[in-house]
Amino acid sequence: MTAGGSGLPWLDVLVAVLGGAIRVGTPFLFVSLGECITEKAGRINLGLEGVLVFSAMAGFAGSYLTGAWWAGVLLAAASGALIALVHALVCSLPRVNDIAAGIAIMLLGAGLAFYLGKPLIQPQAEQVPSIPLGLWLGAAPQSALAAAMNINALFPIGVVLAVLLAWGLKHTGWGLKARMVGDSADAARALGTSVTAVRVAATTAGGAIAGLGGASLSLYFPGSWNEALSSGQGLIAVALVIFARWHPLRCLAAALLFGGAGALGPALQSVGVSGYYYLFNAVPYLLTLAILVWTCSPRRSLAGAPAELGVSR
Amino acid sequence: MSRLATTAESLALPLLALGGGLLLFGGFVWLGGHSPLQAWALLFRGAFGDAFSLQNTLVRAAPLMLTALAVALPARAGLTVIGGEGALVLGGLAAATLPLALPLPAGAPGTALLLLAAALAGGAWIALAGWLRQWRGVNETISSLLLGYIAIALFKHFVEGPLRDPASLNKPSTLPLEESLRIGTIAFGETVTDVHWGLAFGMVACVLAAAWLGLTTHGFATRVVGGNPRAARLVGLPATRLIVVACALGGAAAGVAGGIEVAAVHTAANASLIVGLGYTGILVSFVARHQPLAIIPVSILFGGFLAAGSLLQRRMGLPDASVQVLMGFCFVLILASEALRGRLGELFVLRRAPVGAPVGARA
Repeated sequence: MTAGGSGLPWLDVLVAVLGGAIRVGTPFLFVSLGECITEKAGRINLGLEGVLVFSAMAGFAGSYLTGAWWAGVLLAAASGALIALVHALVCSLPRVNDIAAGIAIMLLGAGLAFYLGKPLIQPQAEQVPSIPLGLWLGAAPQSALAAAMNINALFPIGVVLAVLLAWGLKHTGWGLKARMVGDSADAARALGTSVTAVRVAATTAGGAIAGLGGASLSLYFPGSWNEALSSGQGLIAVALVIFARWHPLRCLAAALLFGGAGALGPALQSVGVSGYYYLFNAVPYLLTLAILVWTCSPRRSLAGAPAELGVSR
Repeated sequence: MSRLATTAESLALPLLALGGGLLLFGGFVWLGGHSPLQAWALLFRGAFGDAFSLQNTLVRAAPLMLTALAVALPARAGLTVIGGEGALVLGGLAAATLPLALPLPAGAPGTALLLLAAALAGGAWIALAGWLRQWRGVNETISSLLLGYIAIALFKHFVEGPLRDPASLNKPSTLPLEESLRIGTIAFGETVTDVHWGLAFGMVACVLAAAWLGLTTHGFATRVVGGNPRAARLVGLPATRLIVVACALGGAAAGVAGGIEVAAVHTAANASLIVGLGYTGILVSFVARHQPLAIIPVSILFGGFLAAGSLLQRRMGLPDASVQVLMGFCFVLILASEALRGRLGELFVLRRAPVGAPVGARA
């Protein structure tokens, strides 16, 4: 930020927050899309926090061992799907509460990631490339704007995915099936659809998408593997889906908003406001809580909420 | 099913799940090229093998009893609250800060005030999660975990900022508590142990919680609200008040855990407090099926696993997260074991022919 500072600290903060919205928001985008399709099918996966940590570790390991960042990204998606599959299968057993199972998966995913990722803390892995969008749009090289608009190559994939999901949920057969299972399991059963199979498929697919968010954490920003890599981003994304009223395109907007909030602390620190570092870093949590208080209501269910879902109550 | 069979099943299911968790953990270390037998042996030795490890186990079990209550009491009122970690760090911060704010009497009365401050801080934090749910319908699991992250941010801000002891160079801490306010170790006559009085506080809290739930009208009403909200509404129970009180009591327990850790172990608030005791408490409460009396032995078991972690690290070179992996396996299996409730007997009984079916009817 210092290289091309404009001399106006507040402008620098603004540019940094805008750039950070994409950089920090990309994991939020993937996790919230993953949670969105899971919840559309009527199940909550609080374990996406564990999925995020585990897939970040797996993605880093894949890239480190093969030397190819895309192999890391694929491995992250596959391992995210695997952990989510465990959640889906446990939840399919009778009398198992999906919130409690999510807590268990959260702890298990983090534990496995810390265990297997112990040798990965030091090394460097091949990173996901960035797209110099700022240069393409004509910003001066080395300027703060060009630096802020250097975007994660996974971000456009996330945007396409959001559009595809929004379209697919509305216009395709499997989208209709997922929504039917999420809105009325009884209706789905009456039509001969296996509720369990659809939910397992949706949860697993959601885990794969959330796994891309993990790859974005360990292979782009911050771009290394350590045990403090994720501190509740997966959980914030779960709350963010409620804010986005279960719509993939609104998930995109919400992810950018939260990315900007998450970038506020480091941006302020870079211009010398450092006394409240931890408090600024807590802004995304406070924002999430404020938004939950604002959007939820005990008397009505939220517009767009899948009727089978307990979390919106 | 008879009462005896139900009780036997309530014991057998968690034991089976824990055994399964240990088995999975053994398989997991075996995949990494380690001996599962050695891992199991070290887990046992590190937890209960000799007087030293047993004392280590009990020291670690003390805060777990209290953080497990932070999950169990709201759970009995029907809420899944997992913010014990946040209540614990705020309790620790409150206990460490109180002497700076007011002149405290020396000795036990001063310590009691410290723990009271810790209880108030933790109780208010979890009560907030319960109240948000009742007021706005905010999911308490998510809000309590978010509040936990906010609490940790507040803790770090104060400990590394305004409240930092300038003498704490490498590890930012608050000013240490003066000697007379600290909690001492338990001694039996001449035998001095390493176990501090926090263990007794934890056990007493569990017994009191069990008495409140089982013997008082207020506790009974709380269980009705948790077990059958519709019935509670029909008989006009004040659900919001009962739920917020249950959350406050649970949070107070976790806050006291933080206060005890500060007053008995660390002597000041610092990052050593944030080691996941709140998260382990969640698992303890689920294994104990949110029964306060069952929390005591389960805490000792998991305190033992935590104590054995360093032995696994030293002797076998396993990562420090190995105990977390073990606990993750146990947690998943504990939940999955609920599916067998009421059907455990079927596993051991050969299927009998339907009553009245003629022999050989299936042919």
